[in-house]
Amino acid sequence: MGMSVEARYEEFWRQSIKQLNEVVKATGLPIAPDEKGQYNLWYDVRELRLRFSISVERIKRFFEGLKEGKIYATRCRRCGRYYFPPQIDCPYCKTSDMDWVEISGEGELLTYTMINTKPLTYSHYPDYIVAIARMREGFNVLAWLRVNDPEKVRVGMKVKLQVTRREPEGYLTYEFVPAEQ
Amino acid sequence: MRGVAIVGVGHAKFGRRTDVNLGELAWEAVKEALEDARLDQKDIQYFVVGNVGGWSAEPLPAVVIGEYCGLNPKGTMRVEAACATGSAALYNAYLAVASGMADIAMAIGVEKMYESPTPTVVEFIGRAGNYFWEFENFGLTFPGYYALYMTAYMNRFRATEEDFCRVAVKNHYYGSMNPKAQFYGLRITVDQCLKSRYVAWPIKLYDSSPITDGAAAVILVSEELARKITDTPVWIRSVGVATGTANLSRRSDFIGLDAAYQAAEQAFKRVGIEHRDTWRYFDVADVHDCFTIAEVMAYEDLGFVERGMGIQLVRNEQTYKGGLIPVNLDGGLKAKGHPIGATGVSMAVEMTKQLRQSVEPRDRQADIHVGWALAHNVGGTGHYAYVTLYSLDKDGSPKVKPKR
Repeated sequence: MGMSVEARYEEFWRQSIKQLNEVVKATGLPIAPDEKGQYNLWYDVRELRLRFSISVERIKRFFEGLKEGKIYATRCRRCGRYYFPPQIDCPYCKTSDMDWVEISGEGELLTYTMINTKPLTYSHYPDYIVAIARMREGFNVLAWLRVNDPEKVRVGMKVKLQVTRREPEGYLTYEFVPAEQ
Repeated sequence: MRGVAIVGVGHAKFGRRTDVNLGELAWEAVKEALEDARLDQKDIQYFVVGNVGGWSAEPLPAVVIGEYCGLNPKGTMRVEAACATGSAALYNAYLAVASGMADIAMAIGVEKMYESPTPTVVEFIGRAGNYFWEFENFGLTFPGYYALYMTAYMNRFRATEEDFCRVAVKNHYYGSMNPKAQFYGLRITVDQCLKSRYVAWPIKLYDSSPITDGAAAVILVSEELARKITDTPVWIRSVGVATGTANLSRRSDFIGLDAAYQAAEQAFKRVGIEHRDTWRYFDVADVHDCFTIAEVMAYEDLGFVERGMGIQLVRNEQTYKGGLIPVNLDGGLKAKGHPIGATGVSMAVEMTKQLRQSVEPRDRQADIHVGWALAHNVGGTGHYAYVTLYSLDKDGSPKVKPKR
């Protein structure tokens, strides 16, 4: 599989910065032609890195569930609506009175795609199938579908939702597998 | 509310515009719009800038453009509605004039996507949905979102990849004649499209709109001023606006975009027409073809034809000039290019020129019978939708086109 995503990412930027430094050294300015060699571009000397931190405090039960091998949805105690992804507020009842219910895991594939051109932060994975399935409870879930033979994937096929460990990062998430597997 | 008309339009060349910066690119469109309306910056009382950004350096694009284009000290704001940002800018300027807050306003759409490397742009657009639940763990990409619709649509209506390639061929055909288009001069064949690589199966590279830099601008005025400025004001007769869920998993089906349907419903209701067989009322339309599947769903969400019949319009070439309803005679997003924040304003420019019958070359000028045009602009994957109806008539409902 070669380089980790971090290594690829660092390499990508290291090369750009190296070139930039060489240009500044040679010409006294961070100016060089564009990719096609046509027009002059000022290559930014300031870097902005973005990694966000997102609160999961009120839905931490979901992540505790993953550790127990369970996948939870929330269900409003007043109107009975299911929420997946789970959320703690029911905007329709204007209440925050939710049950955490384990998902049956039984679903039927509504649609899918295989991501061939991947985002840089996903470039270390082989091409992956993203699928949406309707669960027995009536709501949908979006996740990767793990299959041996992508040719055999069909709209309407039965799938099972399960907890998995996403490697190489090693964190818990969820995925679909064919039901008969 | 009072009548609002477009009296000036400007459009920069779309493409990889590394020869200009953000302000210079916007100025190309702003200058052309001012000249077209024979107005001066001092006449513009309010301007709004549609720009998504993130991939470009300026975090406050509206003020940068205001300064560069000499629009200071007039008020402004920057708006965002993903790929429908341009229509959001137009809508905001429309509201300013319709409400009486301004008599003359300008909507500017501009995007500089080549200020970041392609992987960064792919990363940004992949997050255009619900970042936490659908990107962080599952790495969807923009073509990936639409591929989920294409798979479901093909399965439900027995459409083929070849059908969708025919949309790309049509839009390249018209884009090849549009000097402002990114793919000016570049026609493609069905075979070329079918052989292009998959980016998110079943979507191929040639099903997809490109990464684009571009700008467009329109000047809107009140009904009191319109005829003093031009003999051919183009009236914004109706705008429908709607949203869809951020999470794609919360959609009930994947064969149409509910937000676009809802926006169309509102837009049609306001001018007193039913939301069916709507191809009869419009001489020409621009629809949001970020991917070929999007154009086919647009035909159906807009009620040109019934659900599942959009693919028949394509097979029978009924959306070419001379067909039931000519669509994307400017090349569409597919061949004209898709500078996210500029696209909706670019559609307004094109619909205005079509209704004025001033499109060159004439091979991409639609025949104007009833004087009505429609623009359909979707943000994200049906996260936002804007449907805007344009007319040469200030009042009255659309009439049915004469039989050909």
